[in-house]
Amino acid sequence: MSSGEVASAPAVRDDAAPGAEAAPHPGAAPGPGAAQDAEPEPAIVTSGLTKRFRSGQLAVDGIDMVVPRGSVYGFLGPNGSGKTTTIRMLLGLVYPTAGSHSLLGVPMPKGTVQVLPRVGSLVEGPAFYPQLSGRDNLARVDAADRTADPGTAKQRITTALDRVGLLAAKKKHYRAYSLGMKQRLAIAASLLQPRELIILDEPTNGLDPQGTREVRGLIREIATGGITVLVSSHLLAEVEQICTQVGVMRTGKLVFQGPLEELRARGSARIRVTTSDPARAAEVLGKLGLADVTAAETEASAALGDQAPEQITRELVYAGVPVAGLDTPRPSLEELFVGLTGEGFDVDG
Amino acid sequence: MSTAELSAPRGGAPAAADGTALAAHARPGNGLRTWLRLLGSELRLMFRRWRNLALLGVLVVLPVVLGIGLRVSTPDGGGGGPNASFFAQLAGNGVFLSFLALTILLTLVLPLVIAVVAGDSVAGEAGLGTLRYLLTVPAGRARLLSVKYTAVVIFGLAACLLVSAVSLIMGAILFPIGPVTLLSGTTVPLADGLLRLLYVTLYVAAGMAGLAAIGLAISTLTEHAIGAIAAILVLAVASEVADNVAQFAVIHPYLPTHFWLSFDSLLRAPVDTTTLLHGLLSFAAYIVVFGSIAWARFTSADVTS
Repeated sequence: MSSGEVASAPAVRDDAAPGAEAAPHPGAAPGPGAAQDAEPEPAIVTSGLTKRFRSGQLAVDGIDMVVPRGSVYGFLGPNGSGKTTTIRMLLGLVYPTAGSHSLLGVPMPKGTVQVLPRVGSLVEGPAFYPQLSGRDNLARVDAADRTADPGTAKQRITTALDRVGLLAAKKKHYRAYSLGMKQRLAIAASLLQPRELIILDEPTNGLDPQGTREVRGLIREIATGGITVLVSSHLLAEVEQICTQVGVMRTGKLVFQGPLEELRARGSARIRVTTSDPARAAEVLGKLGLADVTAAETEASAALGDQAPEQITRELVYAGVPVAGLDTPRPSLEELFVGLTGEGFDVDG
Repeated sequence: MSTAELSAPRGGAPAAADGTALAAHARPGNGLRTWLRLLGSELRLMFRRWRNLALLGVLVVLPVVLGIGLRVSTPDGGGGGPNASFFAQLAGNGVFLSFLALTILLTLVLPLVIAVVAGDSVAGEAGLGTLRYLLTVPAGRARLLSVKYTAVVIFGLAACLLVSAVSLIMGAILFPIGPVTLLSGTTVPLADGLLRLLYVTLYVAAGMAGLAAIGLAISTLTEHAIGAIAAILVLAVASEVADNVAQFAVIHPYLPTHFWLSFDSLLRAPVDTTTLLHGLLSFAAYIVVFGSIAWARFTSADVTS
């Protein structure tokens, strides 16, 4: 962290992240997304981006993706939903069969040489030369970069290793690294130069909880510098805490995209009455025209729909239902996510 | 830092000043200097791999064994076939151990060395997964390919020089050395003979560069280095076999290996330049054709490894 190598992006970070914690607020408007108008062009824009492999498999099916500058975009979806192929297309590794995309306002893959030096990336796990040390591996990556100044290479490599906490292991052979260290070395490689956008594909894959926490902290730290981060994961819980935006993939399609709160607000709330007379409560709820009424041992519940909870409470009390408690729970983000992507082992097509 | 000042950056201010670091960063590179930096990295990687060093080790050991073996037996009793004249000359002059070693190693060992490094060049990186990281740096596909090819050619040149040098030293130790009697019967001074040995070595390296181009093209087709290596070697051996079947005479001049042994033209006075030029032209044609195939494939292929 010695010499101000870190941040270069002029982007202003939108402050949606803290709001994520304060979300159980039924009427939350999908606000933060609208505040993006004044921002410069988005970090990533794709339009109808499609990849059909020669085998005939449609891996990515016409996705329109917008990653606002300064955001932390969680790119979610089960394994095999097309996330990695999308990321490979974004970086010019795989050529799309239809559609177009641009990074930092530069059309790709034409602008590869021009724009990729400003983009750091980790694609489908780390890959380095096992016989070289961590430091020599970074030197190799740096040597391939025609925009890198060889005079500062040593210092930039040290800084990058320091940021990911690998300075002590810089002389160790890559093959002797633990999985977490390998993952961190890949992140270090993406930090060798000042970046405006960092794309991390499954950066926590295969890591233990400790390693996951470390990587998450690292991403948060990168993002506070104003750098746009796109981080993909098949586990919502891993990125939920750091994302401001999410895009959800399912079988090659982008089934949701927007601020995290918008996804949260999507879930329809229920009303749940804790009572000693659930049968009676259920009857009242049914009479009020609520759908999906259920009664259990100590509670009754129904889909809230557009009715006001205050009104329902009054009706319950008038009807003599002993109300011990009443709340309007929303489905958890995890439930919404699974609703969008399908249950595990649900492979469509 | 002196190299930084030596090369003239194309357009824009020189990248030296620290204040303009960001501008320099955003500016796509200044040609040759960054290309050479990547080549240096490639060569370090290549010459530090134990497997490649072992191959070079074999190229040291074989001429030594060959020299000792021929010294112990009576050299002029050995072998018939195309090498017969070299065997005959060896008794009188150690320099011929170099020609003999190059001839013998050209049938299998040198092609094997080229097959290993050329086959590994792109496929090895793809298999390891490092290719995707080099390309997202971005190293540039055509640029990376040109660096890869140059490195393989340099390795091939090093291999040929090593064989010549080691066998020359062994020849000098084990056999008399002096003015060289050429295959045409003329005797030239030792210095002239050594110069001819250098030309022969460079000619063989040019032949290896042709094979390297084929290898590079094959290497872009797969992410399994071992498959690429095997394919190149099979191709080289098949070509040599076909070259020895008289019925295939029509295709002989077009075989990639056909002109490899034509370096004996350099050991005649006057030098048979026609054959040599045909040989060099054949190598150049293979480099252009297979270099283009490699380029077309590598710059358009999806990298999914």
